[in-house]
Amino acid sequence: MIQVEGLTKYYDDFCAVDRIDVDIQKGEIIGLLGPNGAGKTTTLRMLTGYFKPTAGQVKIKDFDIRNDIVAIKQLIGYLPESAPLYPGMLVFDYLDYVASIRNLTGSTRTQRLHRLVDLCGLQGIMHRTIGELSKGLKQRVGLAHAMMSDPEILILDEPTSGLDPNQIVEIRDIIREIGREKTVILSTHILSEAEATCDRIIIIHKGRIVADDRTENLKQSGGQARRIHLSLQNAAPEEAIATLNGIDGITAAASPHPNANDALNLVLTCRGTDDPRPAVYAAIKTRDWVLVEFVQQTKNLETIFRELTKEN
Amino acid sequence: MHQVSRIMGKELKDFFISPIAYIVISVFLLVTGWLFFSTFFVFNQADLRNFFNLLPMTFAFVVPAITMRLFSEELNTGSYEILLTLPVTFRDIIVGKFLAGVIFVCAILVPTLAYPVSISLMGELDWGPVIGGYAGAVMLGAAFTAIGLFASALTRNQIIAFILGAVICFALTAMDRMLFFFPTAVLNVVNYLGASSHFQNVAKGIIDSRDILYFLSLVILGLYAAHLAMQEKE
Repeated sequence: MIQVEGLTKYYDDFCAVDRIDVDIQKGEIIGLLGPNGAGKTTTLRMLTGYFKPTAGQVKIKDFDIRNDIVAIKQLIGYLPESAPLYPGMLVFDYLDYVASIRNLTGSTRTQRLHRLVDLCGLQGIMHRTIGELSKGLKQRVGLAHAMMSDPEILILDEPTSGLDPNQIVEIRDIIREIGREKTVILSTHILSEAEATCDRIIIIHKGRIVADDRTENLKQSGGQARRIHLSLQNAAPEEAIATLNGIDGITAAASPHPNANDALNLVLTCRGTDDPRPAVYAAIKTRDWVLVEFVQQTKNLETIFRELTKEN
Repeated sequence: MHQVSRIMGKELKDFFISPIAYIVISVFLLVTGWLFFSTFFVFNQADLRNFFNLLPMTFAFVVPAITMRLFSEELNTGSYEILLTLPVTFRDIIVGKFLAGVIFVCAILVPTLAYPVSISLMGELDWGPVIGGYAGAVMLGAAFTAIGLFASALTRNQIIAFILGAVICFALTAMDRMLFFFPTAVLNVVNYLGASSHFQNVAKGIIDSRDILYFLSLVILGLYAAHLAMQEKE
């Protein structure tokens, strides 16, 4: 569906996007993650034809971004960051204008407008000026704008930034609904959002792709070094460490924060794929220790993200 | 072609919705009306020559005030990004905005038709120069609109766009009145480049291909420069 090869963008001397290669299949929901200034927006702007790439190839279906830009724009619905819609226009006038530019006429246009009003929850605000709308409502109008032509590819730049938690859930539901049939690319720096919505996650840092995998794989790849966090009361540190070290499958047991709240905090690093938790529990049961916390930590997306985008 | 008319329609709607348009119309009518009629009864002649003499100078300030928002506003609010990611070409956008500007310039000329009508009631009015004058005004307005559009495409600040457009239009208007500053060798070239002499030719009722070519090339030059300014932003 979308093939990107060696996509590069320079702003004068500054390299914003550095040789990106991606192949996106039809029907995928892609999350583009990265810290501020990583090149997410620049990448999306090149895909939508707003910026010309300094170097590299973008092919969408059979169209090349340099030669068939209008054909590509027809395939893509795009919502720029913070939805910069014409502030002076009425919501209805604006959507009607977009519909006419998108070549929708007559009853098709009316039907499409009705459908989008339902989908994006625009009932009751069609007669209001866009500039008066709250951020969340404006974002929804922007979403309706992007979906106007029922495009095959939907590109959303930080669709949930600045929204309240309820609105985030609503927008997320809409995106997942659309993503069943369409290809969706969204950028975000909220990790839980990418985890909840996207099939595939691409992490970019300083203009380069540092990770590109399906969401489950990405989470599992970090899950190898499993750790168990343990908090005990009424236990002598040396005795506890010695006992737990004796359990098969546990490589180390150390106390990173001694004497916090009178409890002994232990971190157990597990070896291999076996689950050592039953053995740990059995060992604790034989003593006179009070178990106050017993948590298994798998590496989540956040840890992976932080490792990959660390400043070095 | 469809896209051009849609963009033009949207821009025209914006013109007539915004209060700036009506302020510009009022100021234009006030200034031209006062400058024209304050001396009209002194000369005691039933013609509009004085009105058309002043028109290039008023247009040099009024037209850039109309066109200043065409691109600058979009660049400032960021809607430029939305416009460019809709399935339209640069040419559609530029021509659409240009035509909207020209139609608006024609719209501000319509109320001034009251002058020839009222003068014709007072005395014998020769309609030839009047028709020529309006034809010239439309051509001049189109040329200044193209220049103003270019100035607007350069900056996100409407005030800078206005000043830039007004300076270029004013220079073109005043050029052939400043001939004594120029060396004899370039005199003819400078004279040809000035907008007022071409406008006065048309306003006298002489439709010469050289004058039409002059305004046409100004339009094309302005629109092409705006196109370059848009490309630069990529």
